[in-house]
Amino acid sequence: MTLKRRQFLTTAAVSAGALAMPGYIRSARAAETIQVGALYSQTGGLSVVEKMLASAVQLAASEINASGGVLGKQIEVIVEDGASDPKTFAEKAQKLVIKDKVQTVFGCHTSASRKAVLPIFERRNAMLFYQTHYEGFECSRNVVYLGAVPNQQLSNYIPWIINTLGKKKFFIVGSNYVYPREMAKVSKSLIEAGGAEWVADEYLELGHSEWAVMVNKIKESGADVVLSHVVGDSIISFYREFRNQGLSHAELPICATVTSEIEIAAMGPEYAAGSYTSFPYFMSIDRPENRSFIERYRAFVNDPKAITYHSLEAAYFQLFLWKQAVEKAGDFSADGIRENIRGQEYDAPGGPVKVDPDNLHTWVTPNIGQWQDDGQSKIVDSYGKPIKPLPYSGYGETAENLFCTAAGLDSSKL
Amino acid sequence: MFDTLFIGLSLSSILLLVALGLAVTYGAMGIINMAHGEMVMIGAYVAVLSNIWLGTNLLLTIPLAFLVTAALGYGLERLVVRRLYGRLLDTLLATWGIAILLQQAIRLEFGLSFFGIHVEGLGSGLQNVPVPQFLQGTLGLFGLQLNSYRVFIVLVTLVLAGLTWFTLYRTPLGMKVRAIIRNPQMAAACGIDVKATNAITFALGSGLAGVAGVLMAGFRSVSPDMGATMVVDGFMVVVTGGVGSLLGTMAAAGILGEINALVAIFFNEIAGRASVLLVVILVILLRPAGLFSFKGR
Repeated sequence: MTLKRRQFLTTAAVSAGALAMPGYIRSARAAETIQVGALYSQTGGLSVVEKMLASAVQLAASEINASGGVLGKQIEVIVEDGASDPKTFAEKAQKLVIKDKVQTVFGCHTSASRKAVLPIFERRNAMLFYQTHYEGFECSRNVVYLGAVPNQQLSNYIPWIINTLGKKKFFIVGSNYVYPREMAKVSKSLIEAGGAEWVADEYLELGHSEWAVMVNKIKESGADVVLSHVVGDSIISFYREFRNQGLSHAELPICATVTSEIEIAAMGPEYAAGSYTSFPYFMSIDRPENRSFIERYRAFVNDPKAITYHSLEAAYFQLFLWKQAVEKAGDFSADGIRENIRGQEYDAPGGPVKVDPDNLHTWVTPNIGQWQDDGQSKIVDSYGKPIKPLPYSGYGETAENLFCTAAGLDSSKL
Repeated sequence: MFDTLFIGLSLSSILLLVALGLAVTYGAMGIINMAHGEMVMIGAYVAVLSNIWLGTNLLLTIPLAFLVTAALGYGLERLVVRRLYGRLLDTLLATWGIAILLQQAIRLEFGLSFFGIHVEGLGSGLQNVPVPQFLQGTLGLFGLQLNSYRVFIVLVTLVLAGLTWFTLYRTPLGMKVRAIIRNPQMAAACGIDVKATNAITFALGSGLAGVAGVLMAGFRSVSPDMGATMVVDGFMVVVTGGVGSLLGTMAAAGILGEINALVAIFFNEIAGRASVLLVVILVILLRPAGLFSFKGR
C-alpha cells in the first residue's frame, strides 16, 4: 500500500513536471529575459496612485520589448505589492533583491517607503529607481531619483509669485510630516531672499479633512497668497473649504507644490480654477511626444479618460534612462548602471531630462501651471530648460558648493 | 468672537453627526460597532452613486441614504449582531470584520472588478459630490460671512438630534429602547420584544450614520477608507458624554468641538487635536461613566 502510494506520488510528480514543461521551455527560449522589479502598492490607501505608476512602468517595458528589448533581452517586470505599508515594502524589496536577484527595482512612492527599503539596496548593492518628487536631504549611491527636489519646484516659483503675481505676504500651510516641513524651510529662505515675508507656517495632521479653522486663519491673517504643501486627500477638503468660506483664487491664490491633475479631478475642477501648481510635468504640456504618451497610456490601461501627471511621467521615462545606462555599461549590474547613468539624457514626454553626473538626481524643467475650469492646467510660466537638482538646497547647497557628490554625501558641510 | 464660536459649532456638528448613530447603537444597545464609520462611508457612496446614475442632488439623497443604510443595518443585526448580545468584545471583532468587508466591497465594486466591469462611482479611487449652488459660498448672518454649507450641516444636525430625541423619549419605540437600556431582562419580562426592538434600534443608528455620510460627502473626498478614522471620533464623543445618554453625547460633541476650535485658532491645529484628546482622558479619569450618566444595565 505504501509502495503504491509512493508510486502514485512519483507519477504525479512526473506528470506535474511534464505539465509544467511547456512553460519552462517557453521561458528558456525567450531566454533571454532580464528581470526587473516594480514595487508599488497594489492594495491599501495608496494603491490608487501607485497602481498608475506600476502601469506606467509596464507600459515603458512593453514599448522597449516591442522595439527589441535591452541588450537583446526582453524585460520581465516582477510586480510586487507594498500594500501601502513601509514594512511590507521592505519585505518585498528583500524578496526582489535577495530571492529574485534583480539588480534594478523601480518603485516606492512615499518617502517613508523609500527610507524603509534603502538599507536593503545599499547592503545588497542593487539599484532603486524612485520617480516621485520628494523633500531632498538624501544622497544614496543606490538610488536614481527621477522626481523634482525642492529647488526644482520652488526656485523659480517663489520669485515668480513675488514678482509676477505681486504677492508680498505668504501663508505657508502643509501636512504634518517631513516633505511639507522641508519644503517650508526652502520656501522661507526664498521668500526672504525675494524681499517678501511669510506670516504663518501652519500644519495639519496627515489625512485630516477638517479645514474650518485653518481656512479661517488664512482669511484673518492678512496674507495675500497661500503656499500649500498639503498632500493626499486633505487637499480636496482644503480647496472646497477655501471656496466655501468665500475666498477666491483671484485675490488670494493657493500656490501648491503637490496638487496635481488627480486631486483636481477628485475635488471638482471648479474649486481649484485660478490656483497654481509648480511641477516639471503637466498633462497639458503641448508637445507631440506628450500627446502620444497620453494616448498610449490610455490605450494601455484601457481607460479613455485616464489622467497622467508628473510622477506618472517619471515612472515611465525612468525605464528609458535605465535602458541607456545598461546599454552603455554592456551589462545589467548595479555598478554598471550607477556609473553609466550619470549624464544620461532622454527626451521625456514633458521635455528633455538628464541624470545629474554628481548626485544621481534628475535635471527637469520647472513649469508653473494655472488650473482651468476643465481640470487641466495652463502653463503660465516655464523656466525653459532643465535645472540642476540640489537635494540639500534647504541646508545651503548650491551648484558651486555641492553637498551630494559622486563620492556620496559630504557630511562635513551639513 | 462669534465666528470662532461658529467654527467650533461646525466642528461640533460634524462630531455629533457621527456620534448620534453611535449613541443609539453603542449607548442604547451596548454594541461596540466598529462598522459605524463604514455606514457613514456607505451613506457617502449613496450620495456619489445617486448623483452619477440618477442625477439627484445632495438634499434628495439624504432620505435615500437613510433608507439604504438603515436596511443594511437591519440586515447586519439580524445576521450577525443578534448572535453576539452580551459579548462586548466579540461585537468589536465581528463588526470590525464587517467594516473591512464593506470597505472591500466598495473597493472591488462588489466583486464586479474581477470580471473587468467598472461601475462609475465605485472602486478604490477618490469620489466627489457636487454641492447645490445655493449651499456654495457664504451666507451673511449677524454681519458675518459664514460658510453656507457649514450652516446647513449645523441645522441638519440639530434637526436629526431633535428627531432622535423625539424617537427615544416621545414614542412607544423609544420607551421600549430606554427600558432595554436600563435592564434588558426586566424589559423582556414585561413583555417587550427585545429582539425586534434591538433590530429597529440598530437600523436607526445605521440610518443616522448614512445621513452623516451624505453631509460629509459635500465637503470632503469620498473613498472606501473614509470611515475608519471617524469611528474613533464617534466613540470618543459617546464615551465622554456618557454611554446611554443622548444629552451627554450632544454636550460632549459641543464641548469637544469648541475646545478644538479655540485651541486651534489661538495655537495651532495639532495642539487643538491634542487638547481634545487630553480633555477626553481627563473626563474618563475623573468621571469614568462620562459627563452625563445614570446607573443601569
